[in-house]
Amino acid sequence: MRDTKTEIRIPADAKPVPFRGGGFRQRRHPLLAPLVLAALLAIWWAGSATGVISPIAMPAPKDVIDAFRDLWTTGALWTNLSVSLYRLLVGWILGSLLGIAVGLMIGLFSQARASALPIVSALFPVPKIALLPLFIIWFGIGEGSKVATILFGTFFPTVISTYAGVDAVDRGLIRMGQSFGLRWSSIVRKIILPGALPAILSGFRISFSIAIVLLVAAEMIGAQHGIGAYILMAGSLFNLGQLFAGVILLSAIGLFGSWLIGLAERRMLDWRQ
Amino acid sequence: MRILLDKISHAYDGTQVLQDISLDLGKGEIVSIIGPSGCGKSTLLRMIGGLERPTSGQVLVTGAAPQGCLNPLTYIFQDFALLPWRTVAGNISLVLEDHGIRGARAREVIDDVLARTKLSDFRKAWPRQLSGGMKQRVAIARALAVRPAVMLMDEPLSALDSQTRELLMDDLVELWTRTPFSAAYVTHNLAEAVRLGHRIVVLSRRPGRIREVVTIDMPLADRPAHMAELEKIQRDLWDMMRDEAAAADRELADA
Ligand SMILES: Nc1ncnc2c1ncn2[C@@H]1O[C@H](COP(=O)(O)OP(=O)(O)OP(=O)(O)O)[C@@H](O)[C@H]1O
Ligand SMILES: [Mg+2]
Repeated sequence: MRDTKTEIRIPADAKPVPFRGGGFRQRRHPLLAPLVLAALLAIWWAGSATGVISPIAMPAPKDVIDAFRDLWTTGALWTNLSVSLYRLLVGWILGSLLGIAVGLMIGLFSQARASALPIVSALFPVPKIALLPLFIIWFGIGEGSKVATILFGTFFPTVISTYAGVDAVDRGLIRMGQSFGLRWSSIVRKIILPGALPAILSGFRISFSIAIVLLVAAEMIGAQHGIGAYILMAGSLFNLGQLFAGVILLSAIGLFGSWLIGLAERRMLDWRQ
Repeated sequence: MRILLDKISHAYDGTQVLQDISLDLGKGEIVSIIGPSGCGKSTLLRMIGGLERPTSGQVLVTGAAPQGCLNPLTYIFQDFALLPWRTVAGNISLVLEDHGIRGARAREVIDDVLARTKLSDFRKAWPRQLSGGMKQRVAIARALAVRPAVMLMDEPLSALDSQTRELLMDDLVELWTRTPFSAAYVTHNLAEAVRLGHRIVVLSRRPGRIREVVTIDMPLADRPAHMAELEKIQRDLWDMMRDEAAAADRELADA
């Protein structure tokens, strides 16, 4: 018997089932962030203009803008930014490359894991800035010691995120590669590395912010130029406008870095959702 | 090419898993392997595929692999084992690249196996976009691409719903009818075992021993028309296994 027509009579007391599935879901609100930022700036500007915010506690927006104008007209912006970016990028790139290499070794070879992992675990929690005096003795007071601080600071977290990523690669996929007779190098390049890539890239986010922290610390301890030195100078003169300008520069570098990493993630991990 | 298992025994850390398994797997023959959970079926298959060594006994191969065969012993996994970062075509190209097959030659092979598994429209799809049945068809296409002499299938249809399973069984029979391959087919599903197996090997519970080998003479393509006979064989197999399966189940629950 077939009946494709299903007419039903709705009784008078029928009510819709109450909906209770809402909430707990993130939606996009593209306008909210600029609005909040604009509101904060407006409060800051109004507070400074009316004297509610004391100029000793917070610079007025105008002071910060003046500081940026000074930086621009004197060319100090480029001097400070270029040395800082140089130290940051050289240290971070070298530290990341070395970290990926060592992390892969630890992930792939049990001998490397047994010998290197205890050392990595012992050195990871040491604040690298504490080693700066040592690095100054080893690499000189110039660029070497600052780059080395950032390099070491980013090396260890990269090692750890890389080998954790290798460990997390589905063993079934590796076994599949072996069962098809793939070469060892092919398994590493085509199965293990892409499988570890999400973990490596999210490690980059952490190591990049560590690199910025160490950059500023190293430049505050011993440098003539650089954003850290600029902020230290501004602080010792109680020039809050310049201090804020330096902090905004750091934040911009951090945002730019994480934007680049996000771009890399979208490009290289396009196979995910 | 023929595979011979010569008195295979295996133990993991003192637990005997397989005992004294001798079996031969002829050219163009599908052997279903059934047995209770934990009796060592997957272990046996890994040994046939050279992914694990038995503690005693050996797996032997005689005769040359067919011409153009790139990977004589080829697996099909229960969980498909597709690389999520490669498209359908990329997953198949993966197993060709190491043999120096690239470019136009690779495209030719990929087109051929995708057509045989009815996947031609999906060559650029990501694995995450495919249903379970399509994923397993991609895995079958990948296996066909290396022209295997023997297919080693470990519960290839277990992760699929029963309708998809029926469709894929038909597909496997069709593939086999066109170009017969030999296969060791491990399954929990007796219906699959009698539908696809020329012989059915029944293992006992752990330590797995061969309890019985049942031969079904009916050609694979004729089997859908003779369901009643197959069902009788299936019932006999179940009678044979019932007590073992119940005992194995209690064993696992106690462990
Ligand atoms: N790598 C291993 N190390 C130790 N024990 C193992 C290992 N692999 C399997 N075993 C054990 O060997 C026994 C047989 O395992 P196997 O996976 O071969 O069984 P199976 O017949 O395939 O079971 P199932 O039907 O559940 O898939 C089980 O008791 C299992 O716990
Ligand atoms: Mg199994």
